[in-house]
Amino acid sequence: MPQPILTIKKLTKIYGNNVIFRDIDLTVAEGDTIVIIGPSGTGKSTLLRCINLLTHPDGGEIWLDADEITAKGANEDLVRQHIGMVFQNFLLFNHLTALDNVKLGLTKVKHMNDKAAEAKAFEELKRVGLSDRAHHYPGQLSGGQQQRVAIARALAMDPRIMLFDEPTSALDPELIGEVLEVMRDLSKSGMTMLVVTHEMGFAREVADRIVFMEKGNIVEEGSPDDLFYRPKFERTREFLWKITELYGKKENADGPSAAEDTESNQPAAEENA
Amino acid sequence: MSGWLALFKRYLSSFIAGAGVTLELTFIGLGLGFIFGLALALARVYGPKWLRAFATGYIEIFRGTPLLVQLFLIYYGLPSLGLTLSQSLSAYIALGFNSAAYQAEYLRGAIQAIGQSQMMAGRSIGLTTWQTIRFVILPQALRLALPSWSNEPISLLKTTAVVFLIAVQDLMARAKRAATVTYNPVGSYLAAAVIYLVMVFAVSALLKWAERKTRIPGFEMGSKRV
Repeated sequence: MPQPILTIKKLTKIYGNNVIFRDIDLTVAEGDTIVIIGPSGTGKSTLLRCINLLTHPDGGEIWLDADEITAKGANEDLVRQHIGMVFQNFLLFNHLTALDNVKLGLTKVKHMNDKAAEAKAFEELKRVGLSDRAHHYPGQLSGGQQQRVAIARALAMDPRIMLFDEPTSALDPELIGEVLEVMRDLSKSGMTMLVVTHEMGFAREVADRIVFMEKGNIVEEGSPDDLFYRPKFERTREFLWKITELYGKKENADGPSAAEDTESNQPAAEENA
Repeated sequence: MSGWLALFKRYLSSFIAGAGVTLELTFIGLGLGFIFGLALALARVYGPKWLRAFATGYIEIFRGTPLLVQLFLIYYGLPSLGLTLSQSLSAYIALGFNSAAYQAEYLRGAIQAIGQSQMMAGRSIGLTTWQTIRFVILPQALRLALPSWSNEPISLLKTTAVVFLIAVQDLMARAKRAATVTYNPVGSYLAAAVIYLVMVFAVSALLKWAERKTRIPGFEMGSKRV
């Protein structure tokens, strides 16, 4: 078996007396898209933030390729270059145009010269379909466009893996599709992705594996079909049913295969009814 | 009336030279205050505990005591510790140290308003903390601070008038001399007042221009920041 890109061993995060998650194990192989689902307050976002060291775990190890990034003395700024992060609230640099948002890391972190950085930044914007918005400021872009710029900004660093923290949760429903489309393309292009989302349509279509987390534990993980049709735990079934009802319709409303999706998006409907 | 005209003719060049000194004091005080104030603001937001405590203490002391007391301590007090400074240098330091305390508070508020999330975004692409402060936080914080910070240059310009008490030859000192020599205090001080007012208007216009010039569409005070 090839070396996984990301290996998480017995990861634990505690705030005060509050255990966010305990002894999480997870591996992500090259080219995989893993979707993490679960109720809010389950530690999914904190898990992502631990992975790119924006917060520090209280126990366990994280390995990126063959390096333990949680080891003492690891160069955290270097680690973060290799791990792209997309936030729920986009977090673009508000004082910079779309192009300069993507360019900043290239010139300041990768020390590319201005011309090369600009060309690369422009390419990345093109990849997310925003080359015509290159000179707009974040305040002049829609939420969906801002999130796509944020994806381009992370991609520009040529990361080994991309982390998405509920990338569509802050978007108006009609803007979710364009962001998911970019993510879908990215997944198909072979990018390794770890996605926290409630978008079940996306999870079913794109995920190689779905991880169901609750109360700081991984309850169950497996292929989309396994989790939707043959969940091992009743709790998984309940959650998937609830979340599909809540979010599934929204995405299907403007999708071309709405009819088909509506049917297949409701796992175990009969049993629950 | 002819007395006023004579006064005007006789002291015009002196008043202009004095106004020049006043502007010089303002800009040097403002510049020193900005550099030091920015350091204090960064120390208060990002510094370790002891540095935060130092910065807070500094700000409280310099905002809590009269500038005139600070000026006299520097000019008359330091020589007893073996450090004698010229009148101008004492004035620059007093104004700069005092202004730093006020500017630090304007800047700190703006830096905190930009918030931790922009820091997180910067760090997520591999920028160091310091790079994020420099390229992400400060460009936004300074723009955000500009409207309220604009009080400081205007206030400082008028505050510089206290330095005539250690015989720095600023506009106020020139007006006082003209008043004494000509026995026309009304004319002398009115002339000084008008010149101060003109300078304040000029500085105000400059600041408004700077605000327009650095404005970013969709990013202003009161707009939503996450």
